[in-house]
Amino acid sequence: MSDAEQPTETDPDGEFNPSAPNTGEKFEPVDVFPDSDDFDLRPGSDSCYKCSTCDTNCPVAEVDDEFPGPKFQGPEQWRLKQRDDEHEIDDSVMDCSNCMRCDNACPAGVPLSQMHNTARGEYVSEQMDKTSIEYWRNRILSNYRTSAWLASKLPRLANVAMNVTKEREFPEFATETFREWWDKRGAAAGSKERAQAARRERGLPEDADKKVAYFHGCYSNYNTTEVGKAMVRVYEHFGYEVVVPEQKCSGTPMFANGMLDDARRHAEVNVSSMSDLVDQGYDAIASCTSCSMALRQEYPELFDIPGIDDVAANTFESLEYLRIHEDLQGELAEVEVSGDLAEEFAYHAPCHARNQGLERQALELFRDVDGVGIEDVGESCSGISGTYGWKAEKYEKSMEIGEEMFEHMEHAEGDTGMTECPTCAMQMEHGTGYDIRHPLELLEAALVDGRGV
Amino acid sequence: MAIESEVLVIGGGLAGLTSALSAARTGADVRLVSYKQSTLRSASGLVDVLGYTHDGEGPVTDPYATIPELPDPHPYRTVGIDAVREGLDLFDDAVPNYQGGHTDTNALLPTHGGTIKPTARYPASASAGLASDTRDLMLVGLESMTDFDAPHAAAHLDAAGVPFDVRGVTIQFPGDLRADAKVTRYAKLLDTNGEVTVRGRDRPAREALAARVNTELDEEERVGFPAVLGDDHAGAVRADLADRLSADVFEVPMGPPSLPGLRLEDALFAALDEAGASIETGNPVVDFDGEDRIERVYIEKNGAEIPNTAEEYVLATGGLVGKGVQSDREGVYEPIFDCHIPHPADRYDWFENEVFGDHEFARFGVETDNDLRPLDGGGDVEFPNLRAAGSVLGGYDLAAEKSGSGVSIATGYAAGRSAAQEAV
Repeated sequence: MSDAEQPTETDPDGEFNPSAPNTGEKFEPVDVFPDSDDFDLRPGSDSCYKCSTCDTNCPVAEVDDEFPGPKFQGPEQWRLKQRDDEHEIDDSVMDCSNCMRCDNACPAGVPLSQMHNTARGEYVSEQMDKTSIEYWRNRILSNYRTSAWLASKLPRLANVAMNVTKEREFPEFATETFREWWDKRGAAAGSKERAQAARRERGLPEDADKKVAYFHGCYSNYNTTEVGKAMVRVYEHFGYEVVVPEQKCSGTPMFANGMLDDARRHAEVNVSSMSDLVDQGYDAIASCTSCSMALRQEYPELFDIPGIDDVAANTFESLEYLRIHEDLQGELAEVEVSGDLAEEFAYHAPCHARNQGLERQALELFRDVDGVGIEDVGESCSGISGTYGWKAEKYEKSMEIGEEMFEHMEHAEGDTGMTECPTCAMQMEHGTGYDIRHPLELLEAALVDGRGV
Repeated sequence: MAIESEVLVIGGGLAGLTSALSAARTGADVRLVSYKQSTLRSASGLVDVLGYTHDGEGPVTDPYATIPELPDPHPYRTVGIDAVREGLDLFDDAVPNYQGGHTDTNALLPTHGGTIKPTARYPASASAGLASDTRDLMLVGLESMTDFDAPHAAAHLDAAGVPFDVRGVTIQFPGDLRADAKVTRYAKLLDTNGEVTVRGRDRPAREALAARVNTELDEEERVGFPAVLGDDHAGAVRADLADRLSADVFEVPMGPPSLPGLRLEDALFAALDEAGASIETGNPVVDFDGEDRIERVYIEKNGAEIPNTAEEYVLATGGLVGKGVQSDREGVYEPIFDCHIPHPADRYDWFENEVFGDHEFARFGVETDNDLRPLDGGGDVEFPNLRAAGSVLGGYDLAAEKSGSGVSIATGYAAGRSAAQEAV
């Protein structure tokens, strides 16, 4: 924004007069435009000095000659729109996989993924044909609870009618959901008892202020329930009372498909139940790095819901939180892992872990633990990016992006994979046939006795 | 509780990475935190020590002979010549595929603008381009890559009086790449030797590129390309092209985003990982606790402040460009610890009217004691457990002197070693 634009006080005609520059005597030029509380992307757009570093981080632009990259999708497209109300969002925005790596690349702090999410939302709501198969395919895909359940029952229908790739097998559903297990186990009251017992054992006051609200997400509830169970057992082991509040999808697949209205509906429920708990002193813990990313970053960037900033500031990823508040390294130094998790792990850091600064925490935590090995399989994106790699027309690109990771996995010592992200895990398994585990499962095996309570 | 280490380095550029590596190799438990990915991907990959004197004389032949003549507040004078040499030894040991360490004398490398840059170390990928080499040279530009105009760069080199014949040609990169294809797109295609379609026929990218260049090549014994020749397999890409062209192949270092910078970043992070350090990027350090000493710093993540504690801290957050030093209408300041930055009170004294004038702002940064600890306005140490490295330091003009990398390496080496000795 030009310092000298529209200096109404010094120039009653409102004309910009370059020969009579504002000297700052009557008003402070930088204050001409009032601070805005709404989602004004202009400051971010103005911060872009076009170094193109974001483009070097884009896994799609590296393989896709149709895709113009994050710099265009973000600040450049935003500028075009400002000059021309009629400017339509370029349809290539639907090729962005919402990996959000561009955010971590930008030295000027441009909110690239916020721009992409906003543009994609506008494209879907204003320009996309609501009767098209693509729209309904994306809408159903991004509503995981419906789509995955349906597709697991009727895979052929999904392939044919929905244009979902037939190369992938739909994930298996657990016979007992995490929430069913949680209720059976005594829910919050049971957790409180176990937490108090753990505190006694640790010499902590029984009423220590250690309480967390678990955001399990869809996948830990319906599919990998062992991850949710591990979270509860590990946190109780450290003396935390766990509660599992009412929750819906974090919205991650909806953001990626531009379904912002759907995402908002889910976010409202999540923010409402989490903010009540945050007010009572709970911190929100997610075991999926895309869920924690949504609550921390995408919610406050895209929605204005009461309590949203407090929830964002009090949301943590499950290992991260323990790393801050407990002597994890010290406890892990004392143990040796045995049993079915005494493995060499090929670890892949999900893209969404990167902006949260979490891409190395599993490696650094487990690298010195006796009985296990862990090896980073490189910085490439897995290529699946949630729903992206499920779309028939994106499948091949998804596998091309993932190729580097598959190669590194094959070269790694062991044949068990590890990652925090459920869809990265699907891609890792799909590309290599490896069994994929979550860091919480290893933490549970290392620290918690008597599994299966 | 907090995330703990013995030495915490703030900043992921060359100075931060060198500090962390130096501290880790001295035996400390080190953690490096960086706001965003390393800025090395914006760097050319050339590692200079001193190209011109503080008076603008040069190019300097031997930086080590010139360093004693630099004015007192210069960081090289603070750490001494031995630290410069030992810092570069650390660099040479940690980073494979770099050259120039065999001599104290500067090498002369062509830039993508066609100027000649005096530099102490350079990637192997650039070595066949040395301006002191007398073999004739052809530069190849890509039509879509407007940052590098090969005929223009060649004319510049010729005008500079290089001891060889040089010409530049512009070709279209084979295949149907977008007009604004990213450097990583070219690199990936060449790394994997993926297929490109040329006149309806699919051919491996390296073969197709060499075929196109061969139609332009006369007798030149070396061919320079913009720096897009592969990322993970850059050596193999060059060797393959050289074989097909029967000429040496080199890369001309480019502006941001830069693959040689990216490769250097990867090499330094790998060395740091191997040294056992922990690393975190993505969020800024915004605050600290402590009166006499720094007790802890806070990393801000979407409103949450994550505490990190250490015995010793290294500030390697960069200068005015890297935002380690900031300014507004009121003054110049260091944003995390509010270390004192000496500067004229009147902001019109910060700069000269000539674009390439001797700007005061170019030397803005913290002043330190001999142990690189920032000083307050009264000349006392700000915090006994805080050291500074790289362009957050004042007293030198890295752009005019071509000393940015060398100062980062030398002061990073010294700050990291000293911090580790204190902490362990």
